[in-house]
Amino acid sequence: MIDIDYQVLNQTAAELRGIVIETSCKAGVPHLGSCLSCIDILTALYWGTLDDMPSRIGRPDRDRFILSKGHAAPALFQVLARKGMFPLDMLDNLARYGENGTLFGEHPPAHGIPGVEAATGSLGHGLPIGIGMKLASRMRGYNNRVFVLMSDGECNEGSVWEAAMMAGAQKLERLVVVIDFNKWQATGRSEEVLALSPLADKWRAFGWSACEEDGHDIKALSERFCTVPDGSGKPIAIIAHTVKGKGVSFMEDDNNWHYRVPTQDEVISARRELGLI
Amino acid sequence: MRNIFAKELTAHATDNDRIVMLSGDIGNRLFDDFKKVAPNRFYNCGVAEANMIGMAAGMAMMGFHPVTYTITPFTTIRCLEQIRIDLCYHNLPVVIVGTGSGLSYAELGPTHHSCDDMGVLRILPNMTILSPCDPIEVKLALKAALEHDGPVYLRLGKKGEPALHREPPVFAIGKAITLRPGNDVCILGTGPVLAEALTAAKMLENECVSTRIESVHTVKPLDTALLGEIFNTFKLVVTLEEHSLIGGLGGGVAEWLADNSGYSGRLLRFGTADRFFEEIGTQEYAREVFGLTAEHIFAGIRNALQ
Ligand SMILES: Cc1ncc(C[n+]2csc(CCOP(=O)(O)OP(=O)(O)O)c2C)c(N)n1
Repeated sequence: MIDIDYQVLNQTAAELRGIVIETSCKAGVPHLGSCLSCIDILTALYWGTLDDMPSRIGRPDRDRFILSKGHAAPALFQVLARKGMFPLDMLDNLARYGENGTLFGEHPPAHGIPGVEAATGSLGHGLPIGIGMKLASRMRGYNNRVFVLMSDGECNEGSVWEAAMMAGAQKLERLVVVIDFNKWQATGRSEEVLALSPLADKWRAFGWSACEEDGHDIKALSERFCTVPDGSGKPIAIIAHTVKGKGVSFMEDDNNWHYRVPTQDEVISARRELGLI
Repeated sequence: MRNIFAKELTAHATDNDRIVMLSGDIGNRLFDDFKKVAPNRFYNCGVAEANMIGMAAGMAMMGFHPVTYTITPFTTIRCLEQIRIDLCYHNLPVVIVGTGSGLSYAELGPTHHSCDDMGVLRILPNMTILSPCDPIEVKLALKAALEHDGPVYLRLGKKGEPALHREPPVFAIGKAITLRPGNDVCILGTGPVLAEALTAAKMLENECVSTRIESVHTVKPLDTALLGEIFNTFKLVVTLEEHSLIGGLGGGVAEWLADNSGYSGRLLRFGTADRFFEEIGTQEYAREVFGLTAEHIFAGIRNALQ
């Protein structure tokens, strides 16, 4: 267990929000609502759960994290940077976000960025890869955990449920799916597009141990992540209830921010609301 | 391109109640007018593209003419077997529309690029591939696709592509359209990248090289009558596409040339290299990296002519 000051982590999350919003404006990168929605989850994972980063990055038995909702890459990149996963010259590359020739784009790439375990961006790929990693870990005798962060719209994909059945059959108790359940997908309410609920019960029916959490409560999330495996012998699905655009009043629950890029003025208002200026 | 597509589709749907629109959770607001005109013939299929294609097949079997729409790799390669069996094997009238084709979404990374879509779909029996070069051709290609009794893949760029045709040409599936007459070299191009060819032609003109340009909007079936004529007439024939050199227009022309002996014309192909575009940047930057800009085309042709 890591000794954690959650006040500091809440501040970390606010700063991450600020820099992601600024970068979106500067580089013209969309998916801001999607990033803000999962920043507390990422903070709980990287500061409250996946300890010893980045020193374990070269070890084959390290914990793995896959951002299956790859369009939240702008958030992941800032998290990895703050965790010290990149050398300094790569931070220059990050500062040039949006310019021709940088490594940092709208989705996590397959090569070049330490800490990105798999290229994502096409939805519905992360969980099958995570299962492969966990089964491989089991064959090698590693006790590591594999975390996969998915979005609710992503659960539309059939590949998610093929994977869910596999993990259930294999009783992968150190495999964790976190669902950033913000109730929106790209062009509509997730519940209206495809019948998603009861989401926790769906995972249970597929052989998983499922629970629901406040996806913005970093303490509750960290504590939940640290009780993996949970003794049920099953893979774990955490339905994290979130608000798309969380942290900035004029972005919260407004799906225009799936695509919209903020103006300079909006960046300032947002940073003010986040207590950063 | 996508705006004219949405507008024209809405117009067709007003008169033709066989048209059903299936969208893969993409195109926010783009289909608002369609939904007004035909509220019962619009389905947001969610992020579930394989299911979307299967659904389209079922509707087509019942007499409808479905149109599927999302970002190109997700409505093509993501659901390839559904396209192969449900659409092509049954030979059903379904229009698959891919938006952001080629390197249109260069900034989004390789998951969203599609320089392999035509290669993969061209192998499938019964498939027709339409790759219009500008908004005018989009309008005409959509009309032709909706009149075609079999699967059609309509390959679109993004939005804001310039008009390359001065006035609406006659459009028929499988029949290329002359964009510019010329005598010394002939460029067979497909898609919005033809804008680069037009600029290259002007640069060549300054060097007294006269360039003919054909918009090969139908990549399958190829306009073989035109190929015969062109390879008889020109010493240098050039293909141009925002797609891999493997499997697309250049690949198809090379196959045809290998099968048809007796032509003296030389083939020079411009397309993307056999690798993922991992550099982040704009579409213009991506074209620069792959040598698909007017300057590269001009230089390549000038070299080949020497
Ligand atoms: C296979 C696939 N289809 C479509 C897309 C385009 N796309 C990007 S994000 C998104 C949906 C976003 O909603 P959700 O998955 O709920 O994530 P959120 O942004 O709400 O966190 C879609 C359809 C994609 N990236 N991958």
